[in-house]
Amino acid sequence: MKNPTLKSENTVLSVENLCVDFEIKGKQVQILSDISFSLERGKTLGIIGESGCGKSMTALALMRMIPSPPGRISAGRVVLKGEDLAQASEKRIRDIRGGEISMIFQEPMTSLNPVFTIGNQIVEAIRRHKDIGKSEAWKEATDLLDIVHIPAPNRRVHEYPHQLSGGMRQRVMIAIALACEPTVLIADEPTTALDVTVQAQIFDLLNEIQKDRGTCIILITHDFGAVAEMADRVLVMYAGHKIEEGTLDEIIDSARHPYTQGLLRSMPEIKVDPGDIRESLAEIPGVVPDLLHLPEGCPFAPRCSFVMAQCQDLPHYMDLGDNRSVKCWLAQEDSRTKEQA
Amino acid sequence: MSEMIDQQDLAAQFGEKPEKPEKPWQATARMFYTNKAAVFGLIGFLIVILLGLFGPIIFGADPFDIAGKPLMEPQDANPLGTDYLGRDILSGVIYGARPTMIIAITATVCATVIGISIGAIAGFYGGKIDNFLMRFTEFFQVLPSLVFAMVIVAVFEPSFLIVVLAIGTTTWTPLARLARAEFLKIKEREFVLAARALGAQNIRLILRVILPNALPPLIIAITLRVGTTIIFEAALSFLGLTDPSIMTWGRMIGLSRDYFFEAWWTVTFPGLAILFTALFIALIGDGLNDAFNPKLRRR
Amino acid sequence: MTNKNLLSVEGLEVHFKLKRPHLFASQPTLYAVDGVSFEIVRGQTLGLVGESGCGKTTSGLSVLRLVEPTGGKIVFDGVDLRSLGADALLDMRKRMQIIFQDPYSSLNPRQTAGDIVKDPLLIQKVGNPKEREERVSELFTLVGLQANQKELFPHQFSGGQRQRICIARALALNPDFIVCDEPVSALDVAIQAQILNLLCKLQEDLNLTFLFISHDLAVVQHICDEIAVMYLGAIVEKTNRKKLFNNPRHPYTRALLSAVPTRRSSKKSNRIRLEGDIPNPVNRPSGCRFHTRCMYSQEQCKFEEPQLVEKQPGHWEACHFETTNL
Repeated sequence: MKNPTLKSENTVLSVENLCVDFEIKGKQVQILSDISFSLERGKTLGIIGESGCGKSMTALALMRMIPSPPGRISAGRVVLKGEDLAQASEKRIRDIRGGEISMIFQEPMTSLNPVFTIGNQIVEAIRRHKDIGKSEAWKEATDLLDIVHIPAPNRRVHEYPHQLSGGMRQRVMIAIALACEPTVLIADEPTTALDVTVQAQIFDLLNEIQKDRGTCIILITHDFGAVAEMADRVLVMYAGHKIEEGTLDEIIDSARHPYTQGLLRSMPEIKVDPGDIRESLAEIPGVVPDLLHLPEGCPFAPRCSFVMAQCQDLPHYMDLGDNRSVKCWLAQEDSRTKEQA
Repeated sequence: MSEMIDQQDLAAQFGEKPEKPEKPWQATARMFYTNKAAVFGLIGFLIVILLGLFGPIIFGADPFDIAGKPLMEPQDANPLGTDYLGRDILSGVIYGARPTMIIAITATVCATVIGISIGAIAGFYGGKIDNFLMRFTEFFQVLPSLVFAMVIVAVFEPSFLIVVLAIGTTTWTPLARLARAEFLKIKEREFVLAARALGAQNIRLILRVILPNALPPLIIAITLRVGTTIIFEAALSFLGLTDPSIMTWGRMIGLSRDYFFEAWWTVTFPGLAILFTALFIALIGDGLNDAFNPKLRRR
Repeated sequence: MTNKNLLSVEGLEVHFKLKRPHLFASQPTLYAVDGVSFEIVRGQTLGLVGESGCGKTTSGLSVLRLVEPTGGKIVFDGVDLRSLGADALLDMRKRMQIIFQDPYSSLNPRQTAGDIVKDPLLIQKVGNPKEREERVSELFTLVGLQANQKELFPHQFSGGQRQRICIARALALNPDFIVCDEPVSALDVAIQAQILNLLCKLQEDLNLTFLFISHDLAVVQHICDEIAVMYLGAIVEKTNRKKLFNNPRHPYTRALLSAVPTRRSSKKSNRIRLEGDIPNPVNRPSGCRFHTRCMYSQEQCKFEEPQLVEKQPGHWEACHFETTNL
């Protein structure tokens, strides 16, 4: 294959050449193009990109929750512990959702049902996948609240979502997601709606859970800071393509794709010793392209400052070894030298 | 889960743009025209309007003229039969279109002006003003509107103007509530605050900034109101509480109510006229509702 | 005589009276802004940082009298704004403007971009139709929009372009002072840089003074000259940019700084983590408002409210102790 993903014993989930098409106004639009990655036990993969780059769609595709019609998985495999989810039956997929793979969302306000107590909602999640009695499930729900560090869980379990603060609600969402001891936890912008100090608490909690239970986490975000807090590996997306993948340090210290470099430079970062003069930030000119009218070849070419003739053709994934890849012609030279060596 | 990602969000997310810039009302009109039932309603309604405008000119016969024997069945001379005085039902139905529509529309305009003014002021200013105006609205709401309108018409002479005012002053409350709700919602939006920061006066905020944004649901409600007003007027006419010199459909039914079992045609044809007109308007209202609803747009 | 400070705010208070929970209850009060003082030097930017509910946005709105302050003094270029009548205030509005956080909700969806930018000129009755049209074109160029985009409606623009329209509207009347209320937090990262650079450039070219409200310390560090950190309606620390990041004093500021995610994994250790959530501003804690979450909290903090005092030249802090050495 074009993009071989290194598989080890520990691989829990591997996504191979996943493509998702949408039918918009009678046209087939590819909104995810050839996405591949793998996830190891107890590790966190950060998927980063701007809105509309397909990062949330990737998460939905893993759980087969793409709205259909208009969308469908047109190619590729999603292999969870040896089982291809893209081919699994509807019933099997329902068991997987919330069982093997669970998800937390950005808005803890809207993802909780306001007319039920949080206990009710956790118990419902537990009993959907586990065959246990009511009282046992309530006990488990209280334990879960304790695990996500909600103070006085015996009392809180009977409260309604509106009685909790934003940070508390997100903790409840995490408790619900943990109810069935998932193998993979997908966190879609879990802290974007929260304050900085509360955000830090949630990151600590997720890290702690991962350490205790060996859960794999897929963190979807637009914020390099959040990725740096959590992720072991990072996947950068642009216009439905995976444009770069590597370990956290590789991406942050030696990004190879001009888009990743631009994104990193355009974000102001706190310095302990700020200079007296205000420097201007590096900008990526233009806006994210419209997927209906994508340019031929590399989707980033119109905004890229290193654009060259070759960019009229879509670049392949340049394998830089050790599971690091870049989808840019600029990296071709390097990968060639590597091959020779 | 899948309802989280609806079509429009997707389209917006992918930066989908119409081929050439389209004004909001154009998009609404396009949606409306793709709705068959709505277009049917609109055509039907236009026919009623044209009938009201030109019918009397084309069919010269006066509906008050005696055209034949009383209670004649439909036949060549009187295609829809005659009533108990021998007046032609067809010319009654044709002539009735104009006053029926005029009363329905002016009464609706009257209700709209009262309702939107009160709702807008209550929603915009809030606090004590809102409290007072809403108690006032509730006072009108708890009165049975038909009884109230009957009292007004009975106290004054049943002239055209009084009938319009009687209907207008008793049916504005739902519009006031709707306008208030919309104003309460929209006044919190930041563009209203931005206009205030520029120094815009309250009157400008109400009329130029908030009202245009509150219009879509109001237009739907007003359209549907026209249909119910026709029925309301028919009810008043049926009870004989309207101007006797004007031949409306409701009045025709009211006058012939004693002859229903001997001469079905005397009440059936004006009744069908009311039914269809109200139906056309309801179809238009439904079509507008879909057209204004952005979730259905760009299907 | 022209003052160095364009705006000076003294003891600003915005207290909202809330609905009684039941008939015989005492009326609760929300202390949104509770005695805030600051000055902004002409042509400079003051950053107001804090978490949600700390009163930073209410402070910004009340400085413009978009929310009526319940106490304190706002002096703008020598004029006491709170003493102005409706007409004088209308006139003053030409000189002070605001840019909001959400460019989706701050533009009227029923107006074209051109009309939105023209609105201020119409409201303030500036120029004739032709001059207004020219001014709109000029503003479009200034903020980097195309003249042929005037006929488009807000939903046809991207987030960054919409924020440009908001900026053009705010600049239409040639103001001296602009309140920027989280102007980039609703935008994509790559677009944030474009808008921040635009704001910086406009400030230099037009000699604007900004009150920049944000929860994002990195953005504040980038754009502000002076920074005030707010917590539950009051300023807890105030100094210039260099001192705040080099030598943060207040325990809250330090917690805030250490909560910001960094890209460098080496810094992850040694962090201050705040427990719990921000208290409700209706039942704000007695004494020091931060004592419920502060790791240095003492008995004194529960009863006595610390005042904002100048602990080092140009470095103000509201704390009873010297916590930096602890």
